[in-house]
Amino acid sequence: MKHTLAVLVENKYGVLARVAGLFSRRGFNIDSLAVGITEDPTISRMTIVVRGDDHVLEQVTKQLNKLIDVIRVTDLGSEESVERELALIKVNSDDSNRSEIIQIVDIFRARIIDVASKSVTVEVTGDSNKIKAIQTLLKPFGIKEMARTGKVALTRGSKSS
Amino acid sequence: MTGKPERMTGARAFVECLYRENVDVIFGYPGGVLLPIYDELYDAHLHHLLVRHEQAAVHAAEGYARATGKVGVCLATSGPGATNLVTGIANAYMDSIPMVAFTGQVPSSMLGNDAFQEANITGITMPITKHNYLVQDAKDLPRIIKEAFHIASTGRPGPVLIDMPKDVTTDVIDFVYPDKVELRGYKPTYKGNTQQVKRAASAIAKSTRPVIYAGGGVIGSNASKELLAFAEKIKAPVTSTLTGIGGFPNDNDLYLGMLGMHGTKYANYAVQESDLLIAVGARFDDRVTGKLQSFAPNAKIIHIDIDPAEISKNITVDIPIVGDAKDILKSLLTYVNECDTKEWLDKIAIWKRDFPLYYVNREDVIKPQYIIEQINEACPDAIVVTEVGQHQMWAAQYFKYKEPRTFITSGGLGTMGYGFPAAIGAKLGRPDKVVFDISGDGSFQMNSQEMATIVQNDIPIIIALFNNGYLGMVRQWQALFFEHRYSHTTIEDSVDFVKLAEAYGALGIRVEKPSEVRPAIEKAIEANRPVIIDFIVEREENVSPMVPAGAAINEILDLEKTQ
Repeated sequence: MKHTLAVLVENKYGVLARVAGLFSRRGFNIDSLAVGITEDPTISRMTIVVRGDDHVLEQVTKQLNKLIDVIRVTDLGSEESVERELALIKVNSDDSNRSEIIQIVDIFRARIIDVASKSVTVEVTGDSNKIKAIQTLLKPFGIKEMARTGKVALTRGSKSS
Repeated sequence: MTGKPERMTGARAFVECLYRENVDVIFGYPGGVLLPIYDELYDAHLHHLLVRHEQAAVHAAEGYARATGKVGVCLATSGPGATNLVTGIANAYMDSIPMVAFTGQVPSSMLGNDAFQEANITGITMPITKHNYLVQDAKDLPRIIKEAFHIASTGRPGPVLIDMPKDVTTDVIDFVYPDKVELRGYKPTYKGNTQQVKRAASAIAKSTRPVIYAGGGVIGSNASKELLAFAEKIKAPVTSTLTGIGGFPNDNDLYLGMLGMHGTKYANYAVQESDLLIAVGARFDDRVTGKLQSFAPNAKIIHIDIDPAEISKNITVDIPIVGDAKDILKSLLTYVNECDTKEWLDKIAIWKRDFPLYYVNREDVIKPQYIIEQINEACPDAIVVTEVGQHQMWAAQYFKYKEPRTFITSGGLGTMGYGFPAAIGAKLGRPDKVVFDISGDGSFQMNSQEMATIVQNDIPIIIALFNNGYLGMVRQWQALFFEHRYSHTTIEDSVDFVKLAEAYGALGIRVEKPSEVRPAIEKAIEANRPVIIDFIVEREENVSPMVPAGAAINEILDLEKTQ
């Protein structure tokens, strides 16, 4: 089972290594980890997707809380939340199929952000399923490269996590 | 404070900070990048003990912390000096001992360039420290030191490392020592939740077969008095983990001795038949629980611990109470009444009578258990420090500890070579006490070079060396589980320990007959100087009883000699 954790940490040297190291040494499996600065420059937000049962989730949360640089851990699984991932997909394309690709991109409300004679690069945001779906549709054209962020998430409404 | 802050170098600030933290002794070893600090230490009002290997410095700092309850402090240079601390830091982390370890580092400008004697010690120690710091600006040094001592000694104690690049020690700063620590991510819970305390009290009231299982946390939080009052009030028997030994007076009728792999039969039987297990400052280590699924099968479990992450980590807990053991026991005392445990205590008394700890003493060969008993009789108030192995288990089983901080041993990590340097720290922390390092011939040789340290500094420690010519505990396992194939565990005749003692300028005594045991112990105490007593003991004596790894703790073997 997958759980999404919002982890607020001190924006300091080595914090990412502490968090990642905790996962590896205790044998917890990270599905994705996205990290970036918040509205407060002294705080970074990590969105961590971890796989495991409730016991694993409880241990992950408690062990994260033990780190001095971790300020707060919220399980977004127990909260209403909004979640997004971003993918950049470079697809083989020439005059013969460009319009077909543009159609797919439009349907997914994605965007073409770069065009070259033999490729187009698509930007898509959404949940993992949406990204998987567009990837499946673009695959027949030949995906040259793809970059994907981890998931970022926030609680829905005015409450903070 | 009035006037302008004083200007000083980072090295001077380092010494000032140690003064502010009331550090009176540090254990260390100099090196290139530490020269500015060592130059300051030349005039400092601090006792710096020069060891012969950095591993001894970290173990000594730990022994000092365990014997005194204060934060142990050690100092090592960069690179190999720093990496030599790693074992001791891991040891302190596993047993939750408050310590601040300082390391020198190459200058900031050279960091990451694989400079001479550079090691990424903050990276290396990340998983084995409670927290660590690389000081990036000299002006942060006082704040970081203040935080480090706070983190090391509060909540669940543990080691904190501070890595100081050379320029941090030479840069000049305005010295300001902060009054308090502000860490938004670190707020330990001390006071137990009242609702949970009441739930525990109600479970205790219903219990007829309670057992208290006390760990190192009882000693860490100085909760021994409260534990005694609590056990006596509810009339519950008490068993200790290895690191909890001394937390409950061993001569009290309610005491069951240690539980687990080399615990007493009656402690293990009591735990297995209990209807309520009250764990205080203990973490359900595998050496205690044996096979988890079969541990205390009929018991409700109350778990008192300052670290929330220990709750239900290994075993599912019915009533967790997060907080300081001393505070929670005090609070529990106001809610509990005497339990009706007469029948239960009678049953335990019968187990105690029928299954005592025993060994077969002999007149022709020295039994190691006999030595422990003789040390106990000759010096019942001693601090006993141990290395790791069979002698450690015998010291846990046969010495009657009456006070906390009188049994000092490496529990979680099981570090051979720990005891002798830890004994040095213990003796410096408690100079009023006679300190024995109970040792095996294997473990002792892992840090025997510290003989030079104790002779040079005239630190009277008695090394009671149990010489059986084997790496005894491994040999025992080979005898039991590998058909007596003693693969690489024979070390007989490798050293003449009496001559070794004499080579260092210490007193060496060899003891080959049981009748000489007691006189040798008395002579060593009398000598009040560094002594090695080389006890030639029964070679293949086993630690008994024993629960094989992975078995339930009531599946206990009685072991005679394995020949």
